[in-house]
Amino acid sequence: MSALIACRDLVRVYTMGDQTVRALDGVSVDIEAGEYVAVTGASGSGKSTFMNMLGALDRPDSGSLHIAGEDLLALDADRLAAFRNRTIGFVFQQFNLLSRTSALENAALPLVYAGVPAAERRKRAMARLEQVGLGDRSDHQPNQLSGGQQQRVAIARGLVNDPKILLADEPTGALDSRTSDDIMAIFDQLNREGITIIVVTHEQEVADHARRQIVFRDGRIVEDRQ
Amino acid sequence: MNLAASLRIALIALRVNALRSALAMLGVVIGVASVIVLVSISEGTKQAVEEQIASFGANLLIIRPGSSMFGGRRGGAGTADPLTDGDVEALRTQIAGVAGASGEVTTSSAVVFGGANWTTRIVGINPDYLSARGWEIDQGRSFSAAEEAAGRRYAIVGQTIISELFDGASPIGQSLRIGGQPFEVIGTVMERGDNNWGQDQDDVIFAPLNTIRQRFGAGVRVTQRDGVQTVFVDIAPGENNARVIEDIQDLLRIRRDIQPGAEDNFFVGNLAEFIRAQNETESQLGLLLAVGAGIVLLVGGIGIMNIMLVSVTERTREIGLRLAVGARRRDVRNQFLIESIVLCLIGGLAGLVVGVGGTLVYAEVGELEIAINPLIVAIAIGASALVGVFFGFYPAHRASRLDPIEALRFE
Repeated sequence: MSALIACRDLVRVYTMGDQTVRALDGVSVDIEAGEYVAVTGASGSGKSTFMNMLGALDRPDSGSLHIAGEDLLALDADRLAAFRNRTIGFVFQQFNLLSRTSALENAALPLVYAGVPAAERRKRAMARLEQVGLGDRSDHQPNQLSGGQQQRVAIARGLVNDPKILLADEPTGALDSRTSDDIMAIFDQLNREGITIIVVTHEQEVADHARRQIVFRDGRIVEDRQ
Repeated sequence: MNLAASLRIALIALRVNALRSALAMLGVVIGVASVIVLVSISEGTKQAVEEQIASFGANLLIIRPGSSMFGGRRGGAGTADPLTDGDVEALRTQIAGVAGASGEVTTSSAVVFGGANWTTRIVGINPDYLSARGWEIDQGRSFSAAEEAAGRRYAIVGQTIISELFDGASPIGQSLRIGGQPFEVIGTVMERGDNNWGQDQDDVIFAPLNTIRQRFGAGVRVTQRDGVQTVFVDIAPGENNARVIEDIQDLLRIRRDIQPGAEDNFFVGNLAEFIRAQNETESQLGLLLAVGAGIVLLVGGIGIMNIMLVSVTERTREIGLRLAVGARRRDVRNQFLIESIVLCLIGGLAGLVVGVGGTLVYAEVGELEIAINPLIVAIAIGASALVGVFFGFYPAHRASRLDPIEALRFE
């Protein structure tokens, strides 16, 4: 039984003008189902690029990447879109909610692209909003919600299509410390319920919630501790 | 993603920037409206022309004597010998494709019935005349060739005569006096209204040509007692007009003894073609205006493209998010394409309303013929949807090619 995520020798090179930057320089790592992983490192260490790889938003220049049994390098654009839709839930630093759109509809967005009928979309999005404690705010628009509430809507959106992996990129970066604790508590609970969580962060407090920490420097993993 | 969801997203996006959306679609509104005004006016003109042609008789030739030539001195229009009863008979019987031929002589005379009198146009005709000119008998009957030859004093009256002399009562069987001579009214013709130059076509009395010529001397010349002023020839439907005209010219040249190489001393005209030719210039003007409307639509389309590009840029993060949560590139493209089409369709429908309104105002103010064809709804929808697809495609394509990572980071 192979790991949920299996990376082998991932290399990603960016060219900026006449300079080349090896954002990922031979990264190999396995992450098992049900793990709670924090990816840390300084700005420019390659952790965001790694995150984009796992989220199927970017392709490595070389190496291999298998997630949930799929060889990501073998998938075309449409199948990558379907993969993101079914397997990955995203949580972003800036929440990225659609303005003038209710919390319920924001949470239901991935289901639109999964081809789920409207009535079921509402039902499932509502269930996820209740799970993150926003059952009574489902008709609120983002500008009527606090930062923490917005991030909880974003988590509900990340969970709505029952993904195998929740990828959170600096999920508390735009929040105060008390609200951050609330958000991290939600991640802790979700992980206890069995979902694999990978959090990219530069805050040690946030990373300490995870049971495994992977540290990046100059495009390489320099530390991987349980 | 299904169409209903895309439509909702499009409508929300357009409503968010309602004023901007309205301004962007203005070009489409004006373009579609001008197309509709144009179509309605040109359709109206065409219908008016066809009605006019139908009122003359659809396939009617008119033959008149031309200029005389006497020792090199040309006499001017109508100075040549008139055509004769014999010519009419020959045209009717000897040329294939002729449905009917009739001479015409006209005069003007006072008409009296009881205590009322009225001066009107008296038209002497052969029996073929009424059908050739598209006149229909309303009450009573027409007359036969034998009755005409016998010089019967029969009259077929127009609707104006009925109202002026008979107070609207049926005149059939009544005797009226034309130029002091008694005529029996045997028929009436259907109302036709004014012709193009405002003459009341119903102010007329038809009578056998022979009778009018004998009794009033209309069309009579010293040299020729069987002359007619004008000959009308009705070409059967589906015949080749040019061929029939050529045959008529050949026949008349022989009958009028014109030497080979000499000019015709008669004139054969096709009324329908004359009227259509007159309107050619108008339709060329219409073409010019259509080009103008096309340019307005083009400019409107560029406005749509511009606003869609702005919208794509503004919503870069939204696009990135949609791509991240599972939208395929074509889902994003279709979303913006639908938005552009919806924008244009709303503009097109507004243009339809403005166009119909403008047409009605134009008809009222300009006193022009218009025809509002249901087809314009299809034109409005078709033209605006086409603009939406054509000018929306590039912005939509651009949206779909965005890199999700950069799009998500876009500030």
